Amino acid sequence: MSYVLIVGAKSDIAKELSRVYSKNGYDLYLAARDVNELEEFKTDLEVRSNMNVELVELDITQFDSHQSIYSSLKERPLGVIVVSGYMNEQHVVEKDWSESLNTINVNYTGAVSLLNIIANDFEQEKRGFIVGVSSVAGDRGRKANYIYGSAKAAFSTYLSGLRNRLFESGVSVLTVKPGFVATKMTENLDLPEKLTAQPSEVAQDVFKAQQSGKDILYTKWIWRYVMLIIKHIPEFMFKKMSI
Amino acid sequence: MSLISWGMYPKIDNEVHKLTTTAVLKETLNADNEFIAFGNGRSYGDSAINENIIHVKPYEYFLAFDENQGILHVQAGALLSDILDAYVSRGWFLKVTPGTKLITVGGAIASDIHGKNHHIEGCFSECVVEFRIMLANGEIQTAKKGDELFLATCGGMGLTGVILDAKISLKRINSQFIRQTTIKTKNLKETFDAFEEYKHLPYSVAWIDCLATNEEIGKCLLMVGDFADDGDLRYKAKSKLNIPFNFPSFALNNWSVKAFNWLYYNKAPNGVSKQRVHFDSFFYPLDSIRNWNRIYGKNGFTQYQFILPKESSFEGLEKILTKISKSGKGSFLAVLKLYGKENENYLSFPIEGYSLALDFKIEKGLFELLDELDEIVVEYGGRIYLTKDVRVSQETFEKGYPKIEKFREFREKNQMSKKFHSLQSKRLNL
Ligand SMILES: Cc1cc2nc3c(=O)[nH]c(=O)nc-3n(C[C@H](O)[C@H](O)[C@H](O)COP(=O)(O)OP(=O)(O)OC[C@H]3O[C@@H](n4cnc5c(N)ncnc54)[C@H](O)[C@@H]3O)c2cc1C
Repeated sequence: MSYVLIVGAKSDIAKELSRVYSKNGYDLYLAARDVNELEEFKTDLEVRSNMNVELVELDITQFDSHQSIYSSLKERPLGVIVVSGYMNEQHVVEKDWSESLNTINVNYTGAVSLLNIIANDFEQEKRGFIVGVSSVAGDRGRKANYIYGSAKAAFSTYLSGLRNRLFESGVSVLTVKPGFVATKMTENLDLPEKLTAQPSEVAQDVFKAQQSGKDILYTKWIWRYVMLIIKHIPEFMFKKMSI
Repeated sequence: MSLISWGMYPKIDNEVHKLTTTAVLKETLNADNEFIAFGNGRSYGDSAINENIIHVKPYEYFLAFDENQGILHVQAGALLSDILDAYVSRGWFLKVTPGTKLITVGGAIASDIHGKNHHIEGCFSECVVEFRIMLANGEIQTAKKGDELFLATCGGMGLTGVILDAKISLKRINSQFIRQTTIKTKNLKETFDAFEEYKHLPYSVAWIDCLATNEEIGKCLLMVGDFADDGDLRYKAKSKLNIPFNFPSFALNNWSVKAFNWLYYNKAPNGVSKQRVHFDSFFYPLDSIRNWNRIYGKNGFTQYQFILPKESSFEGLEKILTKISKSGKGSFLAVLKLYGKENENYLSFPIEGYSLALDFKIEKGLFELLDELDEIVVEYGGRIYLTKDVRVSQETFEKGYPKIEKFREFREKNQMSKKFHSLQSKRLNL
């Protein structure tokens, strides 16, 4: 049997990833806080795919629990996908330190805590894959969401270092940078249709990129070029723009 | 966000209430408003459109599968394509499927859809073991074959309540391929003879060249077949081609339709030929082009589908096809099908006979033409398919559906007529 561990399993992207992986013959560990809410979804996956699905109670910000949770999995996973993310509105986050800290911990510190443990294990086994869902928001700090963006930037950098370290042991690391995605989180925003991906598209893209051993995935692909331009606007101009 | 249906006409502003849990739905229905369920909007007209919409598609979990009996328990928003994605590789297929797999289970029940095997398997309701539905007062009831609620809901266009989940039975297959025979005919007489000759096969459908004239009226490609038996079930759904914007309306005119029909008809060999084709292209030729409805331009289009009793089918069709070819209003799609026995449901479309479905771009003069066609349909004892309709008159409609009064009484008795309405139900006083 081959398990994939999906962390942050309640998100829309994670749910679509669960469908894609179980459909392609993987068993799943779905990790999230309060997994009770995932019971029906677990059944849905099992009925659709005939694969095993197990729920794992895990809080990405409870760093101390990560080792014991990982050790208690009845079988070591073949791969891990970290989808957990947290974004509140910038004006709230910048005034409330606990919101800032939570943003940083969910998007960065927690992921590092968990992935350190898993990376060591995979390195020793000389197999496995790691997928981190970061964001195009980490490519450049913008006034609209730079606390979230900076945590994602740190996460992207972490993943890139991890990729270089694990290359020799044959463990692959994929960084996913989604642009706008039509999810619960963005339901009330008026997003441009052509730039907005459906969670199912993102999941398909991630699966393909992971299976083919890609390093960095922009999804939708157009974001690679959007961000290329945004990254190259000189700072003295950028600070005057409302991007 | 407003939802529109597949024909992109009519467009009205509506409030969309996503179905997430039954508790939330109950609360929603409590409000002093009228509602209509909306699945995936693949009905062409206004049957799923109103000011307040219950969007059922997000309610899409699979609940259980009984591998021994092939019975799937699934929430009403699940798409038929989800079912195929999950079960074809395990050797199961839908007993009844329409010409698109992008419809919800709830939509399939509410329209009591039919497929290419209606003459053998009947409508979708045949494979429905039971379903659960939320009624006007928020109460959840289970309906089984024989129940009045079942008779009224299958084909009842969402007007009895919101279907929540259903147990449907699947059929065994041993291949993802279809052994197809294509018969090219020269006129309507040959077409009818061919249907009769091949009616022992489970699947059949004919593409009619509806711009043909005189002796050639009714010439077609009839495709019949059944699943192959080669054990090849390694099914992977294909990705789709997208039509990203509305075609300018001049792209679709008499000439382009003629060219399309000509190409389609002429690429097939004369007489009888055999092919092995994938079920996706056999059942769902249009699904491979995502948003193909945009080909018709931003004014939208409609599908005119009627059925005539067997005895009068030949004469009636000849008359109607003559009228259409004279009008010069074209249709990419003109699909002719032979149907089996009528069922007991109050508003299900099929009766034993032949049905023709044609797509028309919405433009000046169209509705007048369709009214004229209606007269012929009524004259020959036929009826119009509600799920494709956006313009039929109450009078024409009622002549075709003798059980309408039973349906009305049932709705009245259960307070459904106070809570569930679509633009169509108001237009037709359903
Ligand atoms: C390319 C194409 C080919 C087609 N071929 C065929 C065919 O061969 N045979 C055939 O019979 N039909 C055919 N259709 C029509 C289609 O199968 C029906 O219109 C079907 O009902 C659409 O399902 P939907 O989920 O999109 O429902 P919608 O279009 O959203 O709704 C259709 C009706 O069902 C009701 N409804 C939907 N969900 C629920 C629910 N949960 N509870 C209660 N009511 C509900 C709505 O109120 C509405 O009255 C075709 C359509 C297309 C686009």
